[in-house]
Amino acid sequence: MDLTIVWALIIAFAVAMYVVMDGFDLGIGILFLGFKVGKERDQAMNAIAPVWDGNETWLVLGGGGLLAAFPLAYAIVLPALYAPLTAMLLGLVFRGVAFEFRWRDPAHRRWWDAGFCLGSLVATFAQGITLGALLQGISIEGRAYAGSWWEWLSGFSLLTGASLVVAYALLGATWLIWKTEGRIHDDARRFAAWLLPAFLLFVGAVSLATPFLEGQYYQRWFAWPGLLLTVLMPLLFGGAALTAWEGIRRGWDWLPFAAALAMFALTLAGLGVSIWPDVIPGRVTIWQAAAPYESQLFMLVGSLVLMPMILAYTAWSYWVFRGKIGEEGYH
Amino acid sequence: MADAETALLLARIQFAFTISFHFIFPAFSIGLASYLAVLEGLWLKTGQDKYLNLFKYWLKIFAMAFAMGVVSGIVMSYQFGTNWSVFSDRAGPIIGPLMAYEVLTAFFLEAGFLGVMLFGMNRVGKGLHFAATCMVALGTFISAFWILSVNSWMQTPVGWALNEAGQFVPAASWWTIIFNPSFPYRLVHTVIAAYLTTALVVGGVGAWHLLKRRDTPEVRTMFSMAMWMLVLVAPVQVVVGDLHGLNTLAHQPQKVMAMEGHYQSHPHGAPLILFGIPDSEAEMIHYSIEIPRLSSLILKHDLNAPLAGLDTIPRDQRPPVGIIFWSFRIMVGLGVMMLGLGLLALVARLRGKLHDWRLLHRCAVAMGPAGFVAVIAGWITTEVGRQPFVIYNLLRTADAVSPIASPAVGASLVAFVIVYFTVFAAGTWYILKLMAHAPAAHEPDLADAPIRSAGITPAPSVGEGR
Repeated sequence: MDLTIVWALIIAFAVAMYVVMDGFDLGIGILFLGFKVGKERDQAMNAIAPVWDGNETWLVLGGGGLLAAFPLAYAIVLPALYAPLTAMLLGLVFRGVAFEFRWRDPAHRRWWDAGFCLGSLVATFAQGITLGALLQGISIEGRAYAGSWWEWLSGFSLLTGASLVVAYALLGATWLIWKTEGRIHDDARRFAAWLLPAFLLFVGAVSLATPFLEGQYYQRWFAWPGLLLTVLMPLLFGGAALTAWEGIRRGWDWLPFAAALAMFALTLAGLGVSIWPDVIPGRVTIWQAAAPYESQLFMLVGSLVLMPMILAYTAWSYWVFRGKIGEEGYH
Repeated sequence: MADAETALLLARIQFAFTISFHFIFPAFSIGLASYLAVLEGLWLKTGQDKYLNLFKYWLKIFAMAFAMGVVSGIVMSYQFGTNWSVFSDRAGPIIGPLMAYEVLTAFFLEAGFLGVMLFGMNRVGKGLHFAATCMVALGTFISAFWILSVNSWMQTPVGWALNEAGQFVPAASWWTIIFNPSFPYRLVHTVIAAYLTTALVVGGVGAWHLLKRRDTPEVRTMFSMAMWMLVLVAPVQVVVGDLHGLNTLAHQPQKVMAMEGHYQSHPHGAPLILFGIPDSEAEMIHYSIEIPRLSSLILKHDLNAPLAGLDTIPRDQRPPVGIIFWSFRIMVGLGVMMLGLGLLALVARLRGKLHDWRLLHRCAVAMGPAGFVAVIAGWITTEVGRQPFVIYNLLRTADAVSPIASPAVGASLVAFVIVYFTVFAAGTWYILKLMAHAPAAHEPDLADAPIRSAGITPAPSVGEGR
């Protein structure tokens, strides 16, 4: 069996898990200053406090897994995205410490709240830029990145950055619709009602721009059998969007989040179609970047045992903290 | 200086800065997680409230330290690629899987159970909560296991071959690679250092409150526990440190030469240089105070054993002596003081004055931060000591760096310095504030501490969720 393909799927899974799970954490961060100081913000924070750390770990698995399974890709992509990745890491610092710091220092709570929001915003925008920069192509010479340190900057990468901000914010708002009640629940619905149309606009813009970046994407989406997907995708996406809209409008608890997840899944699947079987789009295939068979096999043995365990205790942790976040301590 | 040289220097400073800051937090949280597990276990076993109060007290501090460790740790996992891409490409097939195992076996374990440990006391049973605490503690240890294995492989690389792309690929069993020659020593030495660091902090906080005459049962218990830890573990650390040194002598002789300040070879027994000012240009130690032949006795267990000096090593393969000479002495000096504090506490205990001897308490307060200093000094010794190589004798640090222009590296370095000093200074201040009040009866929970206006609440009704 070709372990390279297995590892490509595992890394893709880790990235998808990260995007979805830290997506709603970061989305709540992005919306954070929009919530009223006091109980509303406390509730928004508490809706993710027990799980954010586990969610963020998928980012470390994505990075660490890339280094382990596709070291060449790791060594080319990370220098190419030096500035946005540094910004992302610093953003995540402010986001992560805010969970503890804001409770410890009421006098400066507004500062840490602002840090939480700004950190989430910067981290998300940088992740979006990363996606755009990868899609538009990276300069490579031999086994190394050969561009300047601002090559990532383009209209397209800024567009994908902004898109991800809106996308995560939508995911965060729908998570809060599910996990809260009262004023913050209503606020989240109000935000989601704006964010959903904005999200659709951005996804549309990125989808229209992507096939024209380079010949490869165009051929994939407008030639058989990709054309089938090109036709099918808007239909499925439209269905999920309508469901989300109805859910938000009627205030159904979990439906908007589930529908947002479906839209994320479709978007990620679309990205997969665009990129496969490259690990650096248009430049390096998964086989060119792959680690030797011994490395792949050694990790796979552990992953097959450990991944189900991780998914099981992560699910258990979510189960422990199930239900709505209350307004006051224990009720 | 050429741009490439500037960029290399900046990248090295950035790595040294971010890893040193990061290392402070795990050095504390590895020991603290185990201490929390012990406290909760004792509470479940004895039912005494003081253990629960201590658990809740240190849990709040643990949450802060852990959060700072997580955010500074993610920086590390990406910095290998952003700043050391040639290293990542070439060593990835060997160190990558080890780091992936760290994520899979340690990071997820810690993160997955941390939420329950911090907020779940009233949501799951006592037994399950204790299990979660143990899982977090286990996770911190497993994390140390893998990352120190990676570091040790870079210090004493074995089981590799070069492929046609110039990558180091596995050529022996993974067991050989993981348990490379320096790993067992480095692991034990580092984990004990983390336990000592925690014991000194706990002891220092306890002593502080004893000095302030706030001798609640909680304060007395934690001071006593910390002093037991010190007296039992500090001597073990001396032995382990010695073994680690002998292992280094066998595999990385020039590191030991620099630690000892031996520029010249000594065919008939080498002196132990206690202090002096190293001068790498003149290849000598100025104003040195030395004990004849003692170095040979320590390193070879023979007064007259010959010891080679740096004069046997080509200049372009020597580590910078000045830094290592001093960092090593700081580490050893603090280690000796820890041993002394442990003995002092033992004497006080035997005389029944453990909680009343103010001199002991003053010493314990003064030694509170000593573990951090010793850990960083030791880390500097081992990391600077393997220079100029990043993979010992195989890949030079200068050849491992990313092709990033110096303005970019300079800007990121400035950003890291500003953010780290702001954020981690604030965090340290908050931790000190938490430590400033004594643990006492009815210690508040993390979730409903007076300062926290709303907590994580239990499910309001059955059938909610999923």
